[in-house]
Amino acid sequence: MGADGLGQRVLRKEDRRFITGKSRYTDDIAVARATHAVFVRSPYAHARIRNIDASEALAMPGVHAVLTGKDFAEDKLGSLICGWMIHSKDGTPMKVGAHPSIAADTVKHVGDQVAVVIADTREQARDAAEKVAVDYEELPAVIDPVKAMEPGAPQIHPEAPNNHIFTWPIGDEAATDAAFKDAAHVVKIDVVNNRLIPNAIEPRAALAVYDEAEESYTLYNTTQNPHVARLVLSAFVGVAPEHKLRVVGPDVGGGFGSKIYVYPEETVCLWASKKVGRPVRWTAERTESFLTDAHARDHVTHAEMAFDADHRIIGFKVNTIANIGAYMQIFSSVTPTYLYGTLLSGQYDMKNIYCEVTAVYTNTNCVDAYRGAGRPEATYLLERLIEKAAREMGVDRVELRRKNFIKSFPHQTPVIMNYDSGDFDALIEKALELADYKGLPARKEEAKTRGKLRGLGFSTYIEACGLAPSAAVGSLGAGVGQWESAEVRVNPTGNVEVLTGSHSHGQGHETVFAQLIADRLGIGVENVQIVHGDTDKVQFGMGTYGSRSGPVGLNAIHKALEKVEAKAKKIAAHLMEAAEDDIVIEGGKLKVAGTDKELSFGEVSLAAYTAHNLPQGIEPGLKEGAFYDPINFTFPSGCHVCEVEVDPDTGHTEIVKFTAVDDFGNIMNPMIVEGQVHGGLTQGIGQAMFEGCIYDKETGQLLTGSYMDYCMPRAADVPSYTLGHSTTVCPSNPLGLKGCGEAGAIGSPPSVINAIIDATGSDNIAMPATPERVWRAIHG
Amino acid sequence: MPKVTMSVNGRQVSGECEDRTLLVHFLRENLGLTGTHVGCDTSQCGACVVHVDGLAVKSCTMLAAQADGSNVTTIEGLAKGDELHPMQAAFREHHGLQCGFCTPGMIMAGIDIVNRKGGPNLDEKTVREELEGNICRCTGYHNIVKAILDANAKMSGAQAAE
Ligand code: FES
Ligand code: FES
Repeated sequence: MGADGLGQRVLRKEDRRFITGKSRYTDDIAVARATHAVFVRSPYAHARIRNIDASEALAMPGVHAVLTGKDFAEDKLGSLICGWMIHSKDGTPMKVGAHPSIAADTVKHVGDQVAVVIADTREQARDAAEKVAVDYEELPAVIDPVKAMEPGAPQIHPEAPNNHIFTWPIGDEAATDAAFKDAAHVVKIDVVNNRLIPNAIEPRAALAVYDEAEESYTLYNTTQNPHVARLVLSAFVGVAPEHKLRVVGPDVGGGFGSKIYVYPEETVCLWASKKVGRPVRWTAERTESFLTDAHARDHVTHAEMAFDADHRIIGFKVNTIANIGAYMQIFSSVTPTYLYGTLLSGQYDMKNIYCEVTAVYTNTNCVDAYRGAGRPEATYLLERLIEKAAREMGVDRVELRRKNFIKSFPHQTPVIMNYDSGDFDALIEKALELADYKGLPARKEEAKTRGKLRGLGFSTYIEACGLAPSAAVGSLGAGVGQWESAEVRVNPTGNVEVLTGSHSHGQGHETVFAQLIADRLGIGVENVQIVHGDTDKVQFGMGTYGSRSGPVGLNAIHKALEKVEAKAKKIAAHLMEAAEDDIVIEGGKLKVAGTDKELSFGEVSLAAYTAHNLPQGIEPGLKEGAFYDPINFTFPSGCHVCEVEVDPDTGHTEIVKFTAVDDFGNIMNPMIVEGQVHGGLTQGIGQAMFEGCIYDKETGQLLTGSYMDYCMPRAADVPSYTLGHSTTVCPSNPLGLKGCGEAGAIGSPPSVINAIIDATGSDNIAMPATPERVWRAIHG
Repeated sequence: MPKVTMSVNGRQVSGECEDRTLLVHFLRENLGLTGTHVGCDTSQCGACVVHVDGLAVKSCTMLAAQADGSNVTTIEGLAKGDELHPMQAAFREHHGLQCGFCTPGMIMAGIDIVNRKGGPNLDEKTVREELEGNICRCTGYHNIVKAILDANAKMSGAQAAE
């Protein structure tokens, strides 16, 4: 097809508004009479609320209300929910404590909200919030998940004795133990997957408008899935009935998972807007984001891998403790389980795996899914272990990987997944070439002359994305289906509106989705309008997370488009007096095969809407909807190679080259896919070298509560990337797509750490590999 | 409340605001120029960069009153009608934005870098170092750096022709 078609580097349709300052994020939306909410938050990690005195605050200028957890409870509003039920090894269901939108009795982490002040201006609300006097009785807190399970540790939820939420097993314990008995080598590792803070640059925000005339609510919200937010707010929290609640996720400034969830602030704004009879606006300050946006990762793992004499992996045992924070969130049970344990095979053919994950409450903010979600943790563990094994067994790390790679597909792993496609040899081959692996010894020598330690690290990964199918996830405990919906409306004048349940927060859907339509209907992308992010416009959707917009969302559009094409063919056959079977669609035209008769889609759609001359039994109009439920996950894979130079005098590490070769199946727009990889790599490198959320171990104070303390990767910290693709088409969906959003963050962390280990010769390196840690590793 | 007057994007504007009102809030709330964003409260992220009297300034770090009498340019003031500023065009051309939230600040900072350091010798390393005050969580900077270098070539080419 033409310049706008599939596989082309089409520039983004949506860019104009962003580069001219005309975009509209939640905080930009103006409504008349809006008030401002400011939350009063706990300064303690764990405390009982004895009393709240709001009298002084209430008397201050502009203040409309000070609402507390008691008010919320009196209105019988429900708890925030966890969306995925996990059962423990012994069959008992996970232990979920209540998660109120405003704490009424006890606060469970620093930043937990205890009251909200509503005033005419933000400044007035902020001034008044300082005057809300909360009398706390401080309770002992526990920050470390291992200590949290010890006898006598502070108890966070009465429902969860010993703060234990579940111990979830996957794999075959007996068979794995047996395999270890036959092992020629056993390699052991202890790793910590450091806790992260997502840091979308747009802070979370909500603007709630109650309409008294209609008794209805509108919520503008920084959300990745407006429909699911509406469902949770109506069905579980009960703040408004579903048919009276409109949720709009307008332009959203990045999410990376942190905007999937329903948070207390939006619940409270909706509720408060009716209570005060005025629209209520809340926008997080960055410090609030650090305190309350769901955190990520935070695993402590011990693992052992068994090899036979020929260096084949024969068994893998994993024991992981996952810190969940003070409350369960929507995906906090599935992230360390089904999104982690099921990926422990990686790219390797291993028959025996046994993994146990213990989830624990602590007095820290919630931990939930963030770019990659579970898969970065699995990949980090596995790829650190493989390189360690190669070093210990004295074999070449590339050869060890190759020897153990899965070579044929479909491949059933011992941990649920059925990989549908991939070519891991091709990925590593291309990566070796692009990274000039052969030249490494010479580069190491040259670096030595400059007093630098040069090293290279590999990582290979496979991830499961496009969460699927609904029946399968349902059987594993998911609370919702994992399909997507779409509607394609060909207008009488021939341009097209596409309504999609996917949500764009930077991924470029307006362009990529339009490319599919442009390709098939023979029009320019400018003639396609993508409508998304508004529950009043799109009937239902599951939103965007887990790299599902391509493999699931786009395939839903494809399915609706097929219905449109089928109807258009019928009408075209009738208009051109031909048999329906003779109509072919080519270059956006409906043609009678073997003749020069043809009609454009515009002509057929005009005929469909005038309805003067339609075939018998055909309804007027040309618009179709579809729900697409995937038949399998999709399995992007890749090989990432990081090359570093370490200054032994300072411990400073510079990434001198980063090569990523990925297999994303078919690619709709290479420019956008590369952009996704760049962003993901930088987040992964951030985890490996810079980022780490740190709480004071005793008091539970967040020590990394601003950009002064939490180190975000900046432009000078990362290199320009070398990217390559090696493609196997995904056989599990009609468009052959695998998804590309998370790969960078999954593949990069182990390659960075493996590179530093290679450079320094010490594997005593933990993430983030700060100069101090690297220096200590070198100098013992 | 004190009154401040300034020229914003070539238009004379004035408004009343509290002493403590930051320039960014004056722009966003009093003037409705919501293209300038707030991403942090410690002056670290650069989402709020505007030009004050021709220099890049973090508008969250300046009081509106301090900008009294100055010339302010925001992201909304760059394009001439339909014609984009070369830096804006370069960001689109090189896919230098994803969610777009950091973008206004990046574009304003990019122009400032070219104004101060631009010309045939501006290289990748300098651009990366000069972007120290701006955080982007989406793009990994790769394409932002490309866009700024390309705009530099176009802007300094244009300057040379003048
Ligand atoms: S908002 Fe000004 S630097 Fe972050
Ligand atoms: S484009 Fe999203 S933060 Fe830069």
